[in-house]
Amino acid sequence: WCSQHDWVEDMSAPAYHLILEGILILWIIRLLFSKTYKLHETYKLTEKEKEELIEEWQPEALVPPVSKDYPTLNYDVVTGPPSHKITINGKDCINFASFNFLGLLDNERVKQKALASLKKYGVGTCGPRGFYGTFDVHLELESRLSKFMKTEEAILYSYGFATIASAIPAYSKRGDIIFVDEAACFAIQKGLQASRSLIKYFKHNDMEDLERLLKEQELEDLKNPRKARVTRKFIVVEGLYINTADICPLPELVKLKYKYKVRIFLEESMSFGVLGDHGRGVTEHFGVNIDDIDLISANMENALASIGGFCCGRSFVIDHQRLSGQGYCFSASLPPMLAAAAIEALNIMEEDPDVFRVLREKCKHVYNALQGTPGLKLAGVPVAPALHLELERSSGSRESDMKQLRSVVDYCMERHVALTLARCLEKEERFLPPPR
Amino acid sequence: MYKLNIIYLKCILHNKTFTIFILAPMYVAVLTYLGFGIVTLFGYLRDFLRAVGLEKCNIAQEREKQKDFVPLYQDFENFYTRNLYMRVRDNWNRPICSLPGPVFDLMERVSDDYNWTFRFTGKTIHNVINMGSYNYLGFAENNADFLKTVADKVRQYGVGVCSTRQEIGNLSIHEELEQLVANFLGVESAMTYGMGFATNSMNIPALVGRGCLILSDELNHTSLILGARLSGATIRVFKHNNMQSLEKMLKEAVCSGQPRTHRPWKKILIVVEGIYSMEGSVVLLPEVIALKKKYKAYLYLDEAHSIGAVGQTGRGVTELFNVNPADVDVMMGTFTKSFGASGGYIAGKKELVDYLRTHSHSAVYATAMSPPATEQIIRAMKCIMGKDGSTEGLRRIRQLAENTKYFRSRLKEMGFIIYGNNDSPVVPVLLYMPAKVVAFAREMLARKIGVVVVGFPATPITEARARFCVSAAHTRDMLNQVLDCMNEVGDLLCLKFSRRKYSPQPDLCDETDFELDS
Repeated sequence: WCSQHDWVEDMSAPAYHLILEGILILWIIRLLFSKTYKLHETYKLTEKEKEELIEEWQPEALVPPVSKDYPTLNYDVVTGPPSHKITINGKDCINFASFNFLGLLDNERVKQKALASLKKYGVGTCGPRGFYGTFDVHLELESRLSKFMKTEEAILYSYGFATIASAIPAYSKRGDIIFVDEAACFAIQKGLQASRSLIKYFKHNDMEDLERLLKEQELEDLKNPRKARVTRKFIVVEGLYINTADICPLPELVKLKYKYKVRIFLEESMSFGVLGDHGRGVTEHFGVNIDDIDLISANMENALASIGGFCCGRSFVIDHQRLSGQGYCFSASLPPMLAAAAIEALNIMEEDPDVFRVLREKCKHVYNALQGTPGLKLAGVPVAPALHLELERSSGSRESDMKQLRSVVDYCMERHVALTLARCLEKEERFLPPPR
Repeated sequence: MYKLNIIYLKCILHNKTFTIFILAPMYVAVLTYLGFGIVTLFGYLRDFLRAVGLEKCNIAQEREKQKDFVPLYQDFENFYTRNLYMRVRDNWNRPICSLPGPVFDLMERVSDDYNWTFRFTGKTIHNVINMGSYNYLGFAENNADFLKTVADKVRQYGVGVCSTRQEIGNLSIHEELEQLVANFLGVESAMTYGMGFATNSMNIPALVGRGCLILSDELNHTSLILGARLSGATIRVFKHNNMQSLEKMLKEAVCSGQPRTHRPWKKILIVVEGIYSMEGSVVLLPEVIALKKKYKAYLYLDEAHSIGAVGQTGRGVTELFNVNPADVDVMMGTFTKSFGASGGYIAGKKELVDYLRTHSHSAVYATAMSPPATEQIIRAMKCIMGKDGSTEGLRRIRQLAENTKYFRSRLKEMGFIIYGNNDSPVVPVLLYMPAKVVAFAREMLARKIGVVVVGFPATPITEARARFCVSAAHTRDMLNQVLDCMNEVGDLLCLKFSRRKYSPQPDLCDETDFELDS
């Protein structure tokens, strides 16, 4: 009896031993099996196989071939200055196709100033702004622009496209959120792409849609307040849209700005020098305080008939671009001749504010006259200087629409009126506008 | 001795690969890091004082109304700007009030509050020698005779164009320029754009897209990097001018294909520059072309600094290395540097340019080049090609080559460490320590010489440098004046780091990368 009892006790003492050993055995079995399971398939090719692969590989052609009758391959050649009377392909026409809104392209005073600047400075600046490319004309133009727009500071870029495309990525980085109108122009789209932020599109000029998006974002923020405290939010809109020729509702946007704490970037390429009693753009048109807009960007290639662009706003905002705007730091500065021309154009604008009223009347006149054209519908508001004529009934295929519109343009050119098809890259645009 | 002979023979065959990167002594690196460390500590101290309120805060502030918005800038993002850059920013953005020729006039500006704001005294510093502008062939001039045609064009056309190339901005003068550029480079056709930076950032996305591979050099310019990023292709970086690294990447790319799916790449594009603006080194073009042919890749050559500045007749690196221009698939360049205007071009086979005419972002959405700038380029190019009937162009090119050789050899004799190829007119002189960089710039200005200094983040943190751009318009006297001042300042600030003894005779040859023991 005693030995049996001892044996039972012996059994219970090494019980956890047995369990431990059992676990160890299971572990060993697992390891044995896991040896045959590889996580990475690293196959190594022999040299001969590599040579063969290199021989076999055929890349695509660098560029796909373009057929000879591709619509945009052959440009219309303009001989002579592109002013009110323009000579295209040998025909003299009245120019309804350039963005020369105030007619300053062949203004004598502007030309004289440009010549004087040419005599003093030559043509190019041979350097970026940081390395002796800053001329006194640049500084003068910047201060004149900031005074004209009644902001603290302005910064000058040497190319209109690069202005907004460099300004957006300077402030908005990965992780930030940008709300953009669907009809934003291509330059804005490139700026958004370069910034790598989260982009949310709202329907064109639809404030309810924007408010809905902003509310959704607010709810998201409540879920994660730490992240929300460092996520910057921006709204990017244009004053006068180049794609649809209508104006953004700025007062409502400002209300939304303060309600949801987002910053507004306003792109005024088409509305600078056009809207407002003195040409200051859409802020003057609506009577909005300019300090409410964080950044206004415009290019000087439309109303000011020069080349280049500028951003203006408070020093707090603009000064940052002097070190982080890529188109500013890494590119040569604007040729002084063009800056001098812009200064003179600005002088003319300031001296004679009546020209804006004249422009508005002419725009209304043209708008009313084009209203009843059969087969074509007019897109845009009466004050917009650049209007779009679209086909009322589309044939279904973009190509044939474009061909038809091209024939309209040719017909007009035969009768000495120059129009143009609005060009866009079909594959690259996010929301493709209809042909016009 | 035997080894030296072998090296000598290799170099005779190779002919043009004299690129030297001498490494500095160890104590220099230590002192550089120490310098940055001290400045950073002071920066933190200053931030603390500002936060506490003991020091006045000079930076622009957010609006009162918007104080509860998410802050526009992170505090740390601007640490460098606030505490390091602000103290020394009088060395950059110096405004001038004359043309950027070999000498210029600087506007004098002083600061009463340690560089937070500047005030112009109204005086100008006349006749400062310009060693900073990219004026390689001296076309930044305001001679009335030379600029007669440009002035005519201003009178005729005005200054702007107000339209894009595809709409109504294609002037006959643009077509003339494109024809001339194609002739100049020896290719089938060319297309021009209004801005050099935009040429890269808007055309690389048109050429490559998703499913393509871009192999880009370490030290490529921001515009190339931006264009590559916007295109959506995969980007891989190879070590600067290192052909082994490039070959390894090409082999791996062709053999393994795209990551994870292993599908073959659609295209491989190698992106290099002719002359790198911060290093002064020249791309090893024959080797790159050999690799490209072997692995069937495409080559994109950015000749922003090298067009007009190197080569017997100014045709760029293809002429320097005697390479057929048709071997380079995409030749890109800018008109800002050697031609004294603004804008860029892309040249190559007719199919390439036709495709770009229809699909380039710039042709569709961005304004065309300004007519007077176009005329200036036409005039400058005709001058270089000799089409205007004089030998002025050739004279300038020879003068530039001579000036470059003289300047570089004298600097090396004096004992400075210089990077770059012997033929490149971009001469970076290494200064290393942040304080010396600033002192150098200020001392040279006091002696009426305008130099360009660059530090972090444009260069690696330990390799701050001063960059000289030699111009054909510089006379021997001007160069001598600059060299004498460099000698003085070099002794004053102990900048002569090179332990190598150079004789006035020309060097035999060197390999691409080596360190010298003293």
